[in-house]
Amino acid sequence: MKIIVSIKQVPVRDSQLRIDASGHWIQENDLSFEINEPDAYALEEGLQLKEKHGGEVIALCLGPARASQTIREALAKGADRAIHIEEENLTSFDTLGIAKLLAKAAESEKPDLILTGLQSDDLGSGQTGVVMAEILGLPSATIIMAVETAGSGIRVKRELEDGWFQNVEMPLPAVLTIQSGINKLRYATLMGIKKAKTKEIKRLRPAELGVTAAPAAIIERVYLPQRTKQTQILEGSAKEAAAKLVEKLKFEVRVI
Amino acid sequence: MSGVLVIMEQRGGAWNRMSWETLAAGQQLAAQTGQTASTAVAGQGIGALAGELARKKLERVYAVDHALLGAYTADGYTAALEQLIRKASPSLVLFPHTYQVRDFAPKLATRFGQVLISDTIGFRVDGGAPVFARQLFQGKLNADVKPGGAGPYFASVQAGAFRADQLQDGSAQVENFTPDLSADEIRAKPLDPFRESARAVDLTAAEIIVSVGRGIKEKDNIPIVEELAKALGAELAASRPICDSGWLPMERQVGSSGQTVSPKVYLAVGISGAIQHLVGMKGAKTIVAINKDSNAPIFEVADYGIVGDLFEVVPALVEEVKKAKG
Ligand SMILES: Cc1cc2nc3c(=O)[nH]c(=O)nc-3n(C[C@H](O)[C@H](O)[C@H](O)COP(=O)(O)OP(=O)(O)OC[C@H]3O[C@@H](n4cnc5c(N)ncnc54)[C@H](O)[C@@H]3O)c2cc1C
Ligand SMILES: Nc1ncnc2c1ncn2[C@@H]1O[C@H](COP(=O)(O)O)[C@@H](O)[C@H]1O
Repeated sequence: MKIIVSIKQVPVRDSQLRIDASGHWIQENDLSFEINEPDAYALEEGLQLKEKHGGEVIALCLGPARASQTIREALAKGADRAIHIEEENLTSFDTLGIAKLLAKAAESEKPDLILTGLQSDDLGSGQTGVVMAEILGLPSATIIMAVETAGSGIRVKRELEDGWFQNVEMPLPAVLTIQSGINKLRYATLMGIKKAKTKEIKRLRPAELGVTAAPAAIIERVYLPQRTKQTQILEGSAKEAAAKLVEKLKFEVRVI
Repeated sequence: MSGVLVIMEQRGGAWNRMSWETLAAGQQLAAQTGQTASTAVAGQGIGALAGELARKKLERVYAVDHALLGAYTADGYTAALEQLIRKASPSLVLFPHTYQVRDFAPKLATRFGQVLISDTIGFRVDGGAPVFARQLFQGKLNADVKPGGAGPYFASVQAGAFRADQLQDGSAQVENFTPDLSADEIRAKPLDPFRESARAVDLTAAEIIVSVGRGIKEKDNIPIVEELAKALGAELAASRPICDSGWLPMERQVGSSGQTVSPKVYLAVGISGAIQHLVGMKGAKTIVAINKDSNAPIFEVADYGIVGDLFEVVPALVEEVKKAKG
């Protein structure tokens, strides 16, 4: 099975975010970056499918030069090779533009399966995989919690709301968007890290893929959310704050 | 191209509640942009549902009825709604941001060369056109997003962003729309929805819930919050990443894909407050948040907050609770 996994590099969780001078995005120069969480699960799923059925896993990433760090980590975990579409200014593309770039790069590989995360931690548009599928004319399924082969196609387990699930059967090639928690993530081994250095990373530019930025949705402004609720912040040392909270729970909320 | 078209969601004849919030948003958007609002519901044998919509203040209710829409498929819904949108020619199509909408609406928007502006939390009107607000970085920042190009525009609405009780009643004309669909264009075969084995833990009955998030750092630290739950006589719950990592069983997960709870008190410990978690606990009577980041979105819903390190605050709290209980 030839599997493409799209991985995005995003600021690490718990980053202190600051809005940049243009007001259109965040200041990135002082942040650290890591793989988008669901993409790590998508990569793991790709690796496990390959271990079961043979084939190849190709990591596909659109991002600036710094993203090569995340690509190397994917190779160290076991991806066979990678495609890096290099673009310093991702914010000039909207989700349709991003999906077009990723779809174009994936198309020439003729994969059996394309896996993406269900949502990016930064933009959170939650749709790049589905849009890729539409561009490529492939069937898709989202929020996937299990993948198995079934005849010449696959059977996948979709997560629905409130703890419900649904199995769906579909032919290959197909695009799946993977939910966090579908599997247990592996760590890169020392051997893997060593091997990664010799693996191929194909570099492409958006212009080579014939996609130009023509956004149908434009971020006008980024800002801090306005607080509407009056939260009573209990101040003081841990002990003082804890004592105040117990007061509230005892005399106002009356649960102690 | 004119009018706001709201796509409702039903499964097996039952509405997804978020649809009503979205319908209210659609009415407000239409009013503020000087347009009319219409709505559509897709399925098989949906006459009664369409009838219910006909009692709302709307221009038209489209009943998109077809045998191949009985069970939801992305291919079926996309094809049917594409045909409807080409015919009705709205300037804006609104959806509730449900798991089903995530599955097909991006496809539908792509057919029109558009991007679905997803999970929006509000809008303002600028020069007659809507500008949508949506969250970035799991609610840490907001962005205003302006749709561009020729339209129609596509946007989905976050749970709880609009109030269903602001929906205006009236009357609307029902129009049956039979899309042209064939079985071979539906590539996926959906099987029946199911639930995993019965839940051993019923969090919905708990008076007090202590819920733990990724701030707890590692599995070995879980006993710290367990202590607190024990002292308070509370059930222990968790955010998704805690269950994903196997630190607590799945049945203790609160949120859109876990349980929805409304206890007297919900203590969120080291939980950031992403919308998928909030929808599961916003109904709690009192919400307490303990988080080291004063900007964490959880404080947006919290009644009481302690900004601090949970590894100091939680043990202190256990002490104080024990003291108070004598
Ligand atoms: C389709 C879909 C469905 C989902 N369903 C669910 C669901 O049902 N339930 C759910 O919970 N999530 C769900 N999620 C995931 C959700 O989007 C968030 O990723 C998740 O809720 C984040 O969990 P968290 O708050 O524990 O972790 P994080 O977002 O990583 O937050 C950790 C918090 O801990 C704080 N912290 C760190 N260290 C300390 C310390 N020492 N002391 C105090 N505070 C500290 C940090 O400031 C931060 O706010 C879903 C996502 C999607 C896309
Ligand atoms: N720049 C990118 N490079 C690689 N994959 C991406 C990129 N942007 C989005 N994706 C993929 O699409 C998924 C959904 O992203 P989004 O639609 O932005 O929420 C992510 O989890 C990634 O798998």
